[in-house]
Amino acid sequence: MCESCGCGETAGHWHDHGHEHGHEHTHVHGHDHGVAGGRIIPVRSNALALNQRLADQNRGWFRAKGWTVFNLLSSPGSGKTALLERTLAALDGSAALVGDLQTERDADRLRAAAGESRAVQITTGETCHLDAHMVAHALDRLPGDGVRWLFIENVGNLVCPASFDLGEKRRVVLLSVTEGEDKPLKYPVIFREADLVLVTKNDLAAAVEFDRAAAEANIRQVAPKAEILAVSSKTGEGMEDWLRWVRAQGE
Amino acid sequence: METLLRDAAAAAGGEKIRALKVRVGPLSGVVVDALRFAFESMAPGTAAEGARLDVVETRPEFRCPDCGRLYETPVGAYRCPGCGSARGELAAGNEMELESIEVQ
Repeated sequence: MCESCGCGETAGHWHDHGHEHGHEHTHVHGHDHGVAGGRIIPVRSNALALNQRLADQNRGWFRAKGWTVFNLLSSPGSGKTALLERTLAALDGSAALVGDLQTERDADRLRAAAGESRAVQITTGETCHLDAHMVAHALDRLPGDGVRWLFIENVGNLVCPASFDLGEKRRVVLLSVTEGEDKPLKYPVIFREADLVLVTKNDLAAAVEFDRAAAEANIRQVAPKAEILAVSSKTGEGMEDWLRWVRAQGE
Repeated sequence: METLLRDAAAAAGGEKIRALKVRVGPLSGVVVDALRFAFESMAPGTAAEGARLDVVETRPEFRCPDCGRLYETPVGAYRCPGCGSARGELAAGNEMELESIEVQ
């Protein structure tokens, strides 16, 4: 990716190269390779190291700018964009980057709700998550002036986005009441690092017989550090608590 | 997978790769079956064509900042078995790394 966009990142040179020297590695350690005569070359390269480095760069940039940045993660259709429509409209100095495979629809919705300069779409093509590199490039398209709070709406997906730090300060995982109380147990990895789990579409809780106590117990099991709040972007219920939590993260 | 294949080819320095050994943690977000599938579809045409993919799956390991205990735990249960603290810091289990390659 980096080789093709000309941003200066040379993805091929960030890791410690494996040995280029010619010495033979002995096989004193019991590898289970089946074919005799093979030579083992240690590499120890981390596939996510480049993303981590770029995420740390983003984090430094956000800090220098005085922005507080949130990474919003959830399955598709759990209400990330609806939450942001309300949030951007209510919170001065807020902006959003929104990730989807295709279309500008989410950014269009946010611009309609909060103003032309407040949202930038990242279309990922076939990629199922945002990474720190995409975010760094999208920042060029944000106005910059007057931004204090940045929300990054990740691609709707409860699996892959968990692996990619974007440089955010806080991770927010949304769980809509229609998804079922056991979703956190089924996708524990993405919930583990959540700072906040936001139960969304709370206006539908009664209609779908949402068991709040069971959901909270499941969240606490897989996301022990997370706070839990409930909101309805439709009725506005819980929005004040959410905005209070957001503001508290900037202190 | 693209990164892994590129790193493997760089380390092999033009030699044919017989096997790749990767370490994958259950908290990495990487699904081993998907990784194998990606390897099979992307390795042809690279130095790793026809190579074996050895996957070592690690276990989540946490260090408790409250009582100092280092503990292994299944995914989805992170509290310290010693003191019950929920503040455990990840020590292992999110790996996605190419540990070594085997060449001719």
